[in-house]
Amino acid sequence: MQLTTRSKQVSNKEMTLAEKMYLPAVISGLAITISHFFRKKPTIQYPEVKRYLGPIYRGHHILKRDEQGRERCTACGLCAVACPAEAISMVAAERKKGEENLYREEKYAAVYEINMLRCIFCGLCEEACPKQAVYLRHDLMVPVFLERDEVIYGKDRLVENMDDRYIRVANPEVNATPTEPSLTRAAT
Amino acid sequence: MDLTVLLVKGGIILAIFGISLLIATYSTYAERKVAAFLQDRLGPNRAGPWGLLQPIADAGKLFFKEDFIPSQASKSLFILGPCLAMLTALMSSAVIPFGDSIRFVWDKVNYEVNVQGIEINIGVLYIFGVVSLGVYGVMVGGWASNNKFSLLGAIRAASQNISYEIALGLSLIAILMMSGSLSLRAIIDEQASFFEWNIFTQPLGFVIFLTCSFAECNRTPFDLPECETELVGGYHTEYSSMKLGLYLFSEYINMFVSSAFVSALYFGGFHYPFINEVNAALEKSMGAIAGHNVATVIGIAVFFSKIFFFIFFFMWVRWTLPRFRYDQLMNLGWKTFIPLAILNVVITGAGLLYNFKYATWLIAIVMIVLAVMSTARAPKREAIPQRTV
Amino acid sequence: MTEIITFFKGLTGTGYLFLILTALTLFSAIGVVTARNPIYSVLALIATFFCLSGHYILLNAQFLAAVNIIVYAGAIMVLFLFTIMFLNLRKDDEESKTNLTKMASVIVGGLLMVMLITIFRAKSAQVPTVSSTTPFNSKTGLVETLGNLLYSDYILPFELASVLFLIAMVGAVMLGKRETGDRHF
Repeated sequence: MQLTTRSKQVSNKEMTLAEKMYLPAVISGLAITISHFFRKKPTIQYPEVKRYLGPIYRGHHILKRDEQGRERCTACGLCAVACPAEAISMVAAERKKGEENLYREEKYAAVYEINMLRCIFCGLCEEACPKQAVYLRHDLMVPVFLERDEVIYGKDRLVENMDDRYIRVANPEVNATPTEPSLTRAAT
Repeated sequence: MDLTVLLVKGGIILAIFGISLLIATYSTYAERKVAAFLQDRLGPNRAGPWGLLQPIADAGKLFFKEDFIPSQASKSLFILGPCLAMLTALMSSAVIPFGDSIRFVWDKVNYEVNVQGIEINIGVLYIFGVVSLGVYGVMVGGWASNNKFSLLGAIRAASQNISYEIALGLSLIAILMMSGSLSLRAIIDEQASFFEWNIFTQPLGFVIFLTCSFAECNRTPFDLPECETELVGGYHTEYSSMKLGLYLFSEYINMFVSSAFVSALYFGGFHYPFINEVNAALEKSMGAIAGHNVATVIGIAVFFSKIFFFIFFFMWVRWTLPRFRYDQLMNLGWKTFIPLAILNVVITGAGLLYNFKYATWLIAIVMIVLAVMSTARAPKREAIPQRTV
Repeated sequence: MTEIITFFKGLTGTGYLFLILTALTLFSAIGVVTARNPIYSVLALIATFFCLSGHYILLNAQFLAAVNIIVYAGAIMVLFLFTIMFLNLRKDDEESKTNLTKMASVIVGGLLMVMLITIFRAKSAQVPTVSSTTPFNSKTGLVETLGNLLYSDYILPFELASVLFLIAMVGAVMLGKRETGDRHF
């Protein structure tokens, strides 16, 4: 198995005089490094310039609502089971009379918390969800937190805002989108 | 020497002091930038425009760190080490002639002051002496830390400096023989015309001198005293805060002085091609005094551009070459450079006897021919059959 | 008391420099013998060499000053320090200071002192006072003068000294050479 095409066989042969002088090798090395000096740098200067993330990027979690604005989550706990980092916890509650416009199913999550220090953004919760309720947004990252009590995200920061619904399309901050994603099942 | 000259001289000395500190400060920034650019990165660019305030941020960080002295260390020597390193580094730029002379009229008396800290007729010896003292800072600090790695670093520094000082001095002797003076100004004035720059008359001496100054500055590929892979941090393992800062800073000042020394000895100092024509034209168009001063300023600028090139070269080499092994270092110093330097002195002397300045090219040509022959005659390396996994 | 004051008043700047340098020299030279730690002793010796170089400069012998710093302070003392750093300084070497060695050192030191005093008191060793008939040559200590002297009047001692150094070097190489079958590591 060859791992690289640039590998060289090491040999212990005695060096010739030219090699013992080091100078030819030194000069060729200096030429190599100076050619890198003038090369274009691939660095992306992050806060000012943002890289295109792609339509399948896994960022900030969101608890979806349906088209009538009802929370889809039924607190089945499958996401918490699927989560390898055990970042998700929830408390279920029964829907009362008159709350039909708030919750889609008869059972809902009264508390839904994600510990962002534990979360590894693997997306298994998204896969596990039978109600298509939890998603990882492709256009928003979890911001840097400065305090410990900012770390656990509750429903106030997770549930979708009806005025600003999340649809999985290209990141608006970058103009070039190589693959325009088709609207997935999230666009309900 | 009357008061006016003394004042101007004091101003020049202060300027040299300030400039060498400033250059050392920005060398730390330049080092990081050059390293980054050679490695396809951008380097520090957050503090100020293009990261120009980075040295200040670094210094602030070093000042506010805890100044820690190990309990078993010898306290006075622990403090003396970085002080010595800084002192010897700063002392050496005093005798370097940065430019020709400044003429001015004060109180109807004509004055002419050379742009140089101290004018002594043994400038080369002075620098050589101060450089040879530079190792004390490292040795004292390394021993006083009471740490095995520090001690090993100090001992490496001592043996390395002593070994390379000999070759450095011998390569200098060839130049001293050609100029017949120990004064740096005389050596620079010797190289007034372009093809008499010592780089053209002493190519081999230049290579030896440059390599030895790398070793004297403890720079890669000869930075064994602070070899991280073997000695943690070398002689400054136990240092923190501004004491560490002084060590790092003195390295950059040494680099600046070495660059100035190399450009003065081998690249004509403040001379540049067609300097006489330019000076004559300036003095003709602007008058003897103003024209001369402008010519001096141009000379200083040329000298500093040479210095900056060599500082860049120091960094360029640092980020290109891997570190030498210790036995390779000693072999190179004692078995290659010292004999070559002695040969260089002998050939230069023979050349002077027959009034032929370019005699040392003989060694260079012979070496190149031998190298080419050895490469041609070397048996082809058989490729060892690849092991199949 | 008044004599001392008039003496100090009569001094020039160089005189004051000389006094300060002398005091420093003596102070660091005493430090060499009194320091308990060999490292401090060596550092004091380096300081002494520096002060001596200062004296050379006062005597207008710049070359000698520079060479003193390069060779003694810069190279030989580095080797001293190098060697002493390898010593185990934690161990007290009291057993080496027996009464016999103490007595021997006192005798040798006393003899040296007597010798020095005799030399200083001798008429021939008196420093000639500067008179108008023998004008002081300020170029005596400069490189050019020294070089001319060394290569004309003193050529034989100079070359003999270099031969001596060569012999010493060859001897060191012979001593340090590894003999066949002799392994150090």
